Amino acid sequence: MSGTDGSTFLRMENLGLAYHGKPALEGVDLEIRRGAITALIGPSGCGKTSLLTCVNRLIDLVPGARAKGKVEFQGRDVLDPRADLFALRKRIGMLFQRPNPFPLSIRRNLELPLREHGLRDRAELAATVERTLRDVALWDEVKDRLEKPALALSGGQQQRLCLARALALEPEAMLMDEPCSALDPLASGAVEDLIVSLRGRVTVLIVTHNLAQARRIADDVALLWLQDGVGRLIERGPAAAFFAQPKEEITRAYLSGERG
Amino acid sequence: MSRGRAADRLLALAVWVSVLAVAAVFFWILGSLLWSGMGRVTWAFLTTAPRDAGRAGGIGPILVSTLLILGVCMAVSLPLGLGAAVLLSEFAEAGSLFGRAVRRSLDVLAGVPSIVFGLFGTALFCQALGLGYSIFAGGLTLACMVLPILIRATEEGFRSAPSEYRRAAAALGMSRASALWHVLLPAAAPGLLVGLVLGMGRALAETAALLFTSGYVDRMPESLLDSARALSIHIYDLSMNVTGGDPNACATAVVLVALLLAVNGLAAWMTGRWLSRRVLPA
Repeated sequence: MSGTDGSTFLRMENLGLAYHGKPALEGVDLEIRRGAITALIGPSGCGKTSLLTCVNRLIDLVPGARAKGKVEFQGRDVLDPRADLFALRKRIGMLFQRPNPFPLSIRRNLELPLREHGLRDRAELAATVERTLRDVALWDEVKDRLEKPALALSGGQQQRLCLARALALEPEAMLMDEPCSALDPLASGAVEDLIVSLRGRVTVLIVTHNLAQARRIADDVALLWLQDGVGRLIERGPAAAFFAQPKEEITRAYLSGERG
Repeated sequence: MSRGRAADRLLALAVWVSVLAVAAVFFWILGSLLWSGMGRVTWAFLTTAPRDAGRAGGIGPILVSTLLILGVCMAVSLPLGLGAAVLLSEFAEAGSLFGRAVRRSLDVLAGVPSIVFGLFGTALFCQALGLGYSIFAGGLTLACMVLPILIRATEEGFRSAPSEYRRAAAALGMSRASALWHVLLPAAAPGLLVGLVLGMGRALAETAALLFTSGYVDRMPESLLDSARALSIHIYDLSMNVTGGDPNACATAVVLVALLLAVNGLAAWMTGRWLSRRVLPA
């Protein structure tokens, strides 16, 4: 597949997650290839979002949540309590289901995280703001109103701004939690095109409910399924093979619409 | 006419009568104050010292003392209130025993009569800490009184900020402190302002607690350790202890009400500006 050198970017080993002692996810072994778009699919409630938030440890914000197993990233375990979360989250960004710009101006939305990570130079900040806004095809729409509140933008524009905000930190990977599902079809298409444009540059792990979208954009696919109330990884592999010749009965049934 | 419609009309009538009654009381107070006091409120009244126990002269030193007491009160209660509100909303887990205990005590404290705060202030600030009757002691006592209101309103402000902001900030590798300072604080600002206005209103109107703590000397204060008289105490003194003091008491009351309205107006204007700059399309 174009732009991916096939090397492993991140590896989950026997990853599990429990909320207040009740397991929600168990025994997930998954390798994410560098520069590829990996789609996580499966019915709702099977732990796709939970899996995603283990990777950047955002799961720490959920009271009572406990991850076990291993998420190996660059020779270290992300789940190690001593892991440097600020550095981790700078390198692995996230895009949420609902656009969540800060209630600040468009410019401040982009500058705030940059300043937080040590970029102070005004000219450099301005250049990065313009570059990332061009990156997400938002520059021409907002260049005359950078000081206006970000919440005044449309939903699709807000989501592209959030993508720009994350990309401004030059992350190596992006986690995406159904980033198109809260948008209208036109805006959804625009965001999807942007995600595809990241292929090769940024590793993408995207949760989607939309099988058609997974078919269109994914290099690799992983199917999660709820078994006895616990989310498990059923099947994973390169997209072409996954969709053409699924190995598991559940996958075949899910893809054909018989289940899920 | 059906019974349903009659009931509706009766309800409408009852609602209107209650509204008018409330409004009438407000305008009556305001009207009678303005009627008897407005004529005396001049620039000279605002700037000169009282003479003849307050029957003549103005309220210059008293206005200054009031603002100083208010200043001490706010300088102490704002940072403390903000800190406590941050602790309650961001760091104490929702429903934890600690959080609930603190919240409950604050609610009780907010309902404690001000004279009790006055006694407490005398015992602690005036006597135990040796501040005597002073602007400092008065301001600190008011701070104790205002804190519960300020903390609860600010906490509500923080809580009403959507948790998406916290998640977004965390996902961008921002520290909790800077998420608080740069994102949540602006989002909580309206709540903070409401608390501030309520608190300042209570502090400005306070008489009982100040009587024992800042005292009632009506000279221009020379330091924060001087005893000083607040507007509300001046009104109380003129109308209760000074025969022939009523006209100036009314005039002082007009100034006090104007000050309160100004604080309210300022806060509303600031909130509006803040929101329009940060959230709403301009």
